[in-house]
Amino acid sequence: MRDRIWIIAGLFLFLGFVTYPVWHDLVAHTTSKPPDLVLPAHEKQCVAPASYMRTSHMKLLLEWRQSVVRGNKQKYVAFNGKVYDMSLTGTCLNCHDRQQFCVRCHDYAGVRTPYCWNCHLDPKQITRSAR
Amino acid sequence: MFMLEKAMVGGRRYWIWVGALLAVIAVAFGFYLHQLSYGLGLTGMSRNVSWGIYIGQFTFMVGVAASAVMVVLPYYLHNQKEFARMTILGEFLAVAAVTMCMLFIMIDMGKPMRVFNVFLYPQFHSVMFWDMVSLSGYLILNITITLVTLHAEQQDVHPPRWIKPIILLSIPWAISIHTVTGFLYAGLPGRLAWRTAIMAPRFLASAFAAGPALLILLCFLLRRQTGYDVGKKAINGLAVIVTYAMVINVFFIVMEFFTAMYSRVPGLTEDFQDLYLGTVSHTSLLPWGRSSVVLMVAALVLLLVPRMRRNEKTLAVACALVFSSLWIDKGVCMVVGGFIPSPLGTITRYVPTFPEMAITLGVWAVGALMLTVFYKIALSVKIGKETSYVPAYEFAAATNAIGLQTHSSSVAFAPGSRAAAQANEGVSGKEGEEWHQ
Amino acid sequence: MKITRKEFLKISGACLLGLSGKKALAVLDSPGNRRTSSPSARQVCKQLGMIVDTRKCAKAQGCTKCIEACNNAHNVPSFQNPAHQVKWIWEKPFGDLFSSYETQYLETSLKDESTPVLCNHCDNPPCVRVCPTGATWKRKEDGIVMMDWHRCIGCRYCMAACPYGARSFNWVDPRPHIETLNPNFPTRTKGVVEKCTFCSELLAKGQLPACVEACPEKALVFGDVNDPKSEIRQLLAKSYTLRRRPELGTGPNIYYLI
Repeated sequence: MRDRIWIIAGLFLFLGFVTYPVWHDLVAHTTSKPPDLVLPAHEKQCVAPASYMRTSHMKLLLEWRQSVVRGNKQKYVAFNGKVYDMSLTGTCLNCHDRQQFCVRCHDYAGVRTPYCWNCHLDPKQITRSAR
Repeated sequence: MFMLEKAMVGGRRYWIWVGALLAVIAVAFGFYLHQLSYGLGLTGMSRNVSWGIYIGQFTFMVGVAASAVMVVLPYYLHNQKEFARMTILGEFLAVAAVTMCMLFIMIDMGKPMRVFNVFLYPQFHSVMFWDMVSLSGYLILNITITLVTLHAEQQDVHPPRWIKPIILLSIPWAISIHTVTGFLYAGLPGRLAWRTAIMAPRFLASAFAAGPALLILLCFLLRRQTGYDVGKKAINGLAVIVTYAMVINVFFIVMEFFTAMYSRVPGLTEDFQDLYLGTVSHTSLLPWGRSSVVLMVAALVLLLVPRMRRNEKTLAVACALVFSSLWIDKGVCMVVGGFIPSPLGTITRYVPTFPEMAITLGVWAVGALMLTVFYKIALSVKIGKETSYVPAYEFAAATNAIGLQTHSSSVAFAPGSRAAAQANEGVSGKEGEEWHQ
Repeated sequence: MKITRKEFLKISGACLLGLSGKKALAVLDSPGNRRTSSPSARQVCKQLGMIVDTRKCAKAQGCTKCIEACNNAHNVPSFQNPAHQVKWIWEKPFGDLFSSYETQYLETSLKDESTPVLCNHCDNPPCVRVCPTGATWKRKEDGIVMMDWHRCIGCRYCMAACPYGARSFNWVDPRPHIETLNPNFPTRTKGVVEKCTFCSELLAKGQLPACVEACPEKALVFGDVNDPKSEIRQLLAKSYTLRRRPELGTGPNIYYLI
């Protein structure tokens, strides 16, 4: 058991690494807070309740994708009866700012967005780069 | 179960060879990562020639994979016992070849991460779907067969009875993988160069010539490196198969040539003129087409003369000629040639880029590495049985057990080592001296 | 296990027949064998098609308004290198389009007249038949051969199958090569095949395809070829038209008025 000291040292090191998220804020004098999301200025209601969107917006988008691309149906009747165009750029990004809303929350949650933005355009980004 | 530990022992030459292969694979992988990030524009393919050497090599390797049946069929179906020592080599070649096929397809995909869409959204009307199914099935079949038979041989027992129907199934399945690959091309209405009923038979004929030719060369190589001799009868039997297949091959090409040149239908004649006559266009294919014909004829001459076919030196040359001529014909000319001219009459040159060739070489290196490892395992088992030596470590274990404890490795190994070394010479040639170190 | 060669062959033959018989027939007869189906079925299904009036198109030689309109509407990238070009609608000399027809005595100016080329949205599309994932399919409601860029794996089998060279592949990332980004339509990524989709997104809004709208000579006539009362059918009844390579059985729906 001459390795006892190495084993215990290793264990402490491991514990330190594993509990890092817990003590980081105390040591660095920072506070972790939820992301600062900029909500749309003119719309208060999304195509579905915010609680549903928070958990399942990807599921909704995939259903929209299936419907528009393969089903040739563009109109979505929301839970409150309003009719929307099923379009990521046209409907979602019409209200939300991608950088100040989508990206902030994804960064906080550590979500690497799927390849949506490789094809789908952000209209604000186009006008920004045009300027 | 996989007996991989047998591939972990070897002499200097073995490890230099494995090291070289790994280096080639590493470099090719680096190029592939670049291709993943830049796109397939890194290759020489274009809007008009949308398939290049990746798919060409895939097409050729499907043939080599199917060729295992040429050894399995006579042995299992017709009880030609002289192929006994060769079947495992043929089956392992099939596994390596099919893996190479799948790798060639993967590197050619624009979106390789989506490849499982073929199984998630199967389209039963697509020949490519059935190609995936048959290739995957053939791979599973051959892996099962090789593992089970080799394992049984190692344990010195008969293989279980259920393996026989599986082996018999691999015979029509081998024919099917190539037929389906032929259908990939023959079913397209727009490419007249490919739209021939004998596309699949041509594939089969070239497969049954190129694959066994490679197998003969591998047998010669193995005999020189390890002393494992499959037997003169097996080599000669296989050489006869190569000869017949080569004759049929050349016959089919002459058939195609006649149909194209006598009918004078423009879509057909242009392709032959591109490849062999050089009268129409100035693509890069002419030297390839001509060399493949010259090599084929030379190979046939050597094969058809019985004295030359039975002489091992000339047979080796003939096999090399067969393999290279068919590699050019199926791996380069056929696929690329079908795209020239384009549907709008454009002649587009296709020249593979350096990264493209490096990645292709990398896939070949993967196949060579797999084959090296497989043959090391197979021959360790087979030669081990034939010379029935006591492996040194087992001897040491036995001596320890009866109380001859010693820490000096030379003492424990010495009594067994002479016999072991002699036997090991059979396993890995000059690498037997490894045991002394 | 003792089995004679004869028995083995008998059993495997029977198995193959049993397994494949019905399915093989169904598969061989599958998507889009429209023209051979009964007339009543034909009239129910819509099939969108287009007439390219080469006489009107010739009036404005050098005009590329249809091509520009399409490229702008769909973020089609432009490449200098012809190997990587992406083309949804483009122009080619008339003699190249109809090389199987006798044009050798035609005046050079007529033979070299640039003619629009695009996807034919065939009745019996070979590209659809070969796609292993269903990323391209023929829509039942209007006969458009559609593309799903989410599903395409970039195998380029459809490009080999198309007898008209109508399809393009994204060999590199197209975004840097798009002149002006149109936010109303997504771009594509590298690694997928694309082609004309008859502006399905505009049709869904009740508009005409971009090329049809943009043509100053009204040389492109768009409509339902299965509707005997449509404008396109009236024109087809009255004039001689050519289709590209009709002998292949693909049933192309782009008619060239000559």
